[in-house]
Amino acid sequence: MENREIEPLESSMVHGVSRRTFLQYCATLASLMALPSSAGVAFSKALSSVSRPPVIWLSFQDCGGCTESLIRSNVPTLEDLLFNSLSLEYHQAFQISAGIATEAARKDVVQKNWGKYLLIVDGSIPMKEEGVYSTTAGVSHYDLLMEMAKGAAAVIAMGTCAVSGGLSRAYPNPTGATAISRLIKDKPVINLPGCPPIPVVMTGVLIYYLTFGAFPELDALGRPKAFYGETVHDRCYRRPFYEQGKFAKSFDDEGARQGWCLFELGCKGHITHNACSTKKWNGAVSFPIESGHGCLGCSEPGFLDTGSFYRALSLPEKPIGHAVNALMAGAMVGGSMFMTNRGFKMVAAHTHLPSCVADLEKESGG
Amino acid sequence: MSEFQWLSWIRGVGLQSAVAIFCMGIVWRTMEIYTLGRKLDIAEPRRISGASGWHTIYRRFLAPLGMIHLDPVTYIGGYVFHLGLLIVFFLSEPHIHLIRELIGLSWPALPPSMIDIVTIVTLITMIVVLVDRVRKPLKRFLSGFGDYVLWVITFLPVLSGYLTVHHLLLPYTILLALHMISVEVLLIVFPFTKLFHAVTVWPSRWFNGNTNARKGVPV
Amino acid sequence: MSASFHRAVNVLKKMIDTPIASYFNSCLHCGLCAEACLFYTETGDPKYAPIYKLEPLRRLYQQEYTLMGRMARLFGLSRPVTATEFEDWKTLVYDSCTLCGRCSLVCPTGNDIVSMVKCLREGMAIAGHAPQGMIDVTKRTLETGSPMGITWSALQRKIENIKTETGLEIPLNQEGAEYMLVISSLEIAHFPGFLTAVSKIMRQAKKTWTLCSDAFEASNSGVHIGVSDIAKEIVSRIVAGAEKLRVKTVISSECGHAFTALRWDGPNLIERPYRFRVRHIVEVLDEFRKQGLLQTIGHEEARLTFHDPCQLARMGGVLEPQRKLLKMVASDFVEMPDSGEYNWCCGGGGGVSDNEDAKELRLVAFTRKRAQLEAVNARRLVTACANCRIVLGEGMQHHQMNVPLLGLTELIANYLLETTAGGTE
Repeated sequence: MENREIEPLESSMVHGVSRRTFLQYCATLASLMALPSSAGVAFSKALSSVSRPPVIWLSFQDCGGCTESLIRSNVPTLEDLLFNSLSLEYHQAFQISAGIATEAARKDVVQKNWGKYLLIVDGSIPMKEEGVYSTTAGVSHYDLLMEMAKGAAAVIAMGTCAVSGGLSRAYPNPTGATAISRLIKDKPVINLPGCPPIPVVMTGVLIYYLTFGAFPELDALGRPKAFYGETVHDRCYRRPFYEQGKFAKSFDDEGARQGWCLFELGCKGHITHNACSTKKWNGAVSFPIESGHGCLGCSEPGFLDTGSFYRALSLPEKPIGHAVNALMAGAMVGGSMFMTNRGFKMVAAHTHLPSCVADLEKESGG
Repeated sequence: MSEFQWLSWIRGVGLQSAVAIFCMGIVWRTMEIYTLGRKLDIAEPRRISGASGWHTIYRRFLAPLGMIHLDPVTYIGGYVFHLGLLIVFFLSEPHIHLIRELIGLSWPALPPSMIDIVTIVTLITMIVVLVDRVRKPLKRFLSGFGDYVLWVITFLPVLSGYLTVHHLLLPYTILLALHMISVEVLLIVFPFTKLFHAVTVWPSRWFNGNTNARKGVPV
Repeated sequence: MSASFHRAVNVLKKMIDTPIASYFNSCLHCGLCAEACLFYTETGDPKYAPIYKLEPLRRLYQQEYTLMGRMARLFGLSRPVTATEFEDWKTLVYDSCTLCGRCSLVCPTGNDIVSMVKCLREGMAIAGHAPQGMIDVTKRTLETGSPMGITWSALQRKIENIKTETGLEIPLNQEGAEYMLVISSLEIAHFPGFLTAVSKIMRQAKKTWTLCSDAFEASNSGVHIGVSDIAKEIVSRIVAGAEKLRVKTVISSECGHAFTALRWDGPNLIERPYRFRVRHIVEVLDEFRKQGLLQTIGHEEARLTFHDPCQLARMGGVLEPQRKLLKMVASDFVEMPDSGEYNWCCGGGGGVSDNEDAKELRLVAFTRKRAQLEAVNARRLVTACANCRIVLGEGMQHHQMNVPLLGLTELIANYLLETTAGGTE
């Protein structure tokens, strides 16, 4: 029934993706994002259409991990998708040209596609010292971002650094690293946090945007609800052990071998909104908890400033950190109260005149 | 601020600050009270066995003859909720884990089902004691705004702890955060309110017991 | 703020000490002290809760001696204590408190509430908020030597009467006597039999004893009204008299407050230990009993119970002697419910019996004593405090009860084995 409707499939065949695989991919993507099955059809139409919307990918203060993650996408190979369905016009890591030529190409794309291109950003923007910590071709990344955002249809903040500052913004944040959404206020910005984000999350959102011309439904932090609506713990396969109170106490104990909950080993799955436990990684082979390591909470803002990765969430971080100073401060206040109280008492004792019977009726006399 | 950051603040900076205020307050208030000085009794004492400040510290745990019939709610309620608070705090697994982290000492925990029962009994008892405070003209008369606020401040950590353990009503993160923040509020107000009786009750009993013991009355 | 109010605040500031601070910080507003206070139990009025009687003192403590309190006062968050408030609290601190100390006994956090009431009285009296009746009594004590205005010559006439009636010699101003007796004016006026009884007992025990013309009055209204300076002046008379006569022991007569004022407050008021012992007459009798110097014959057959004067038992520490003595002379001695240190006050201690404003309330409070008496169905009521005796008498009259009242010493004297006169062999 679907087959008849899908005409543009011929084009995808050209790129070496089988018709079956391609349809499967579109349907899976739609179901992953909790969309009706008709969306899968729409996806396939959009992806196989000839007009490829231009995408510009800018890397700022980043590590390249997000790009690494993206190119490890599968079913179908996402580089294939990007190069053939999307038109990746600029990406420093993928670019064959270099130097002045590259920059000229970028400006050319912007001019030609003014108001239409999609801007993907990974990495944060250093704001201290006028952005000198991170530049491209002598232009600070702040200036570059603002220039490029002007003509963009929408901006995707890819990865935790772009979303909330990430590693470079961790204490003491020497470069003044800043999240994209704090700088761009006049364009739609979608946040895809994760260090790195799950590949299917990236592609899913991209394809959704290409198909419908808008972002999927977002939560309060600008993240697509389809991927970030639940916590890792919510769908974790180890959750039954949590409910039973069975916890691994160390990484090599019997509990760890039995696959018990990693909460006491510092798993942050409870408070981490991401799709790891359902979408998984590396072609849905596994995800950190399945591999025996607790969730780090990498898709949450400020995750690097929230104490040890290996400390249970229910345990406070250094609760008695200031106790000694506090005790001393208390002793100082107490000491000064001791001095003043004793002073007041002494004054009261010294100014006390022995009472006699006449005092008892003084009040009536005024 | 995300839940993650919120929780991180509460279990980090928030708790550190609360503990600091608590520590400072305890020292400050203890010094403030116990450095005022007292006159020693120079009347020739009458010494009898079984009467001393130390005896009174112990003896005031018990209801005097007949008093328990006059106000059973205060006595029995008082026993139950104090014991309940102690058991829930000192004998539940997560708290022992915390204490071990802090000072390295640990002891066996009660099974979670027992802790659940104690928690529920404690909560119910606290509600009964509150209702008694509101309904009984004497207690209502003696109670101020602070008495009710402090009831809430004592009640919330127990309630939020129970909800957290059982994942009831709200997402776990929020419950955990609420539990910790309720404890932080408790720590902060502790030295400056009648909750400080946990410290002053022992010297108070001793002073009273000592005064009377010198007269030969085992109180 | 009037000068006297200022002085009152000053004296309270001088007196607030660590125990008081500790007590105020321990209070949980549980109301158990009220359950132990007969003014609450008999009226059901929450304002009589003992701890509430201390509100002005508590606020003064907080505002003066705690940092939070000082700041609250600075920012206008707490009302300063006023003279009007003292006047309003007069009925609570004086009329409805007999300093019986029962509240201090039951407080679960150990607050010695009665000691704080005494402290607050100190300030209120100086600011002129003591009841007129108590002021008058204090005045008379200072002016005439006795709260009832009984002079030494009046006492001498009584002594003459006793001599002519019974032939008993009462030694006066005898230096070096073993015992010196101080007595309450109430006994001189209402219960002269006490003096006769002591004379008989002393004769049987062959002990030397004396009265002192400079210090015959035992009671100390300075302690009641709460002015240490006056209490000190009154107690100093006894100390001077006893030390002048070089007696070994001063016997406090059957008056509870007189005993605690002399035995427990005295040395602290004059700020030095005594050079003599102080014993209540009941303690002395018990010492005689132990030494075999007290020989009685026969028993009181009627069912008899004992009212423990608060100041003798709970506040004075005399708990057992009276019971041992009673068992010597009574065959059917029963204990009232809540006896010993848990006894209930007659309703007239702590100066309340001197206080006309408190009379009505005192008679209401007597309901508790009536219930206690009815519970044991006693035919005789014995006590060891003249003030209790009068207040109990009034109470019984008001409540239309008819249980004869006796003083313990007199009861013992009634059953004394009469030896032949002289006793020199």
